[in-house]
Amino acid sequence: MNLFLDAFAWLFSPDRLTGSLPLPLAFAQHLIFTFVSVLIAAAIAIPLGWYIGHTGRGRQLAIGLSGAARAVPSFGLILLLVLVFGVLHKPEAAITAFVLLAIPSILAGAYAGLEAVDRRVIDAARSVGMTEWQILWKVEVPLGLPLLIGGLRSAALQVVATVAIAAYIGLGGLGFYIIQGVALRKFDQVLGGALAIVALALILDGLFALVQRLVVPRGVTAGRVKEVRATSSRRRPVVEPATK
Amino acid sequence: MNWVVNNLDLIGQLTVEHLRQSALPIVLGFLIAIPLGWLAFRFKLTRGLVLTITGLLYTIPSLALFVLLPTVLGISVLSEANLIIALTIYAVAIMARSVADALASVDPAIRQSATAVGYGAWRRFWAVEFPLAGPVVLAGLRVAAVSTIALATVGILIGVDNLGYLFTNGYQRRIIPEILAGVIATMVIALVIDGLLVLAGRWLMPWAPRRVSRARMERLALRVGEPA
Repeated sequence: MNLFLDAFAWLFSPDRLTGSLPLPLAFAQHLIFTFVSVLIAAAIAIPLGWYIGHTGRGRQLAIGLSGAARAVPSFGLILLLVLVFGVLHKPEAAITAFVLLAIPSILAGAYAGLEAVDRRVIDAARSVGMTEWQILWKVEVPLGLPLLIGGLRSAALQVVATVAIAAYIGLGGLGFYIIQGVALRKFDQVLGGALAIVALALILDGLFALVQRLVVPRGVTAGRVKEVRATSSRRRPVVEPATK
Repeated sequence: MNWVVNNLDLIGQLTVEHLRQSALPIVLGFLIAIPLGWLAFRFKLTRGLVLTITGLLYTIPSLALFVLLPTVLGISVLSEANLIIALTIYAVAIMARSVADALASVDPAIRQSATAVGYGAWRRFWAVEFPLAGPVVLAGLRVAAVSTIALATVGILIGVDNLGYLFTNGYQRRIIPEILAGVIATMVIALVIDGLLVLAGRWLMPWAPRRVSRARMERLALRVGEPA
């Protein structure tokens, strides 16, 4: 456990504010890469996922895509894209890789959110005269939001983990301390970097969990039957935010 | 593509190595996840505990886990045991949840009927509940297997040779086909193992509906997220 004390000493040492990569800068880089990649991926995947969820068209494609995406080794994808884009365009190549890795989770979240909506609710909306757009925006999207946020949460966490690995190509971010530390056998730095990454992941996860809870529409929360025993949990995932 | 043709031996060797390193975590993860999943399904107190802890472990980015584990366990960072334990943790995190969901998917009426005809708790679990939970358990196992195989490549960053070697070596030598070969080989073995699991499932559970598990798997995958 002495190593952990060293790691904390390393993390909170005043030297972390200077040097080749100050800790706050690494934190900021890590967050910016994550934020930008998830944002781009969301801009592509959410409309597509809603289209699939609303029309039911292309469902097989979405399922197949997210299944195959799980088999893609993210580290290999980054290095491959860096060589294909040329080493002068590392950030672009890396962000492309992050976006590609983030799309399947968000797509699945967007379409599964819509798909989980009770068909009778949609029929009811149609029968009171709502247009397709109104059904999408006023019924399906709000009810599917918790699952969409769940998809964004998985995507963000995956990108945080991948940005850490991407430090191998000299992208910066918190992974830099681990990669450099392992090479130099500076284990206080390795451990300090790892703790910083874990902290970042846990904070993001917690924030998403909170948002996921907040976006459950009031009507859904009010109508939720209090669970009597654990075995009756079969239908809960539809409305309850995933605790992971 | 010349590089690939000239180095088929190396690719084959690394593939075998890769399979060996991922097989152990998948099997171990499965064995550990069954009792944990049962605990998460059976008691309210342990449910929260098991799902929270596995959820948090799953949130830890791979690179960080690879270097944190040795410090906690007192083994070397640059060792294969480290990689295997880390991958096992992720596999358990995925499967514990799916085993719990799977057991919850068994109709309570069936459970009561089994008790009524005289099954004890232990025999009821293995002869009735677990087989009926099989299709959902299999869905979780498939997600875990594919993720583990893809994730194992990160092992090269802590000095464990497997298909990930083709990534770093190809990057340093600027050989695109080498990295591509690594990516494709990883995906191929992941999909082959996935296919074998599906076949094994059909053989062991011929009564199971063939299509339901996909939708379940999607929902499952969504909830556990995807590792990197």
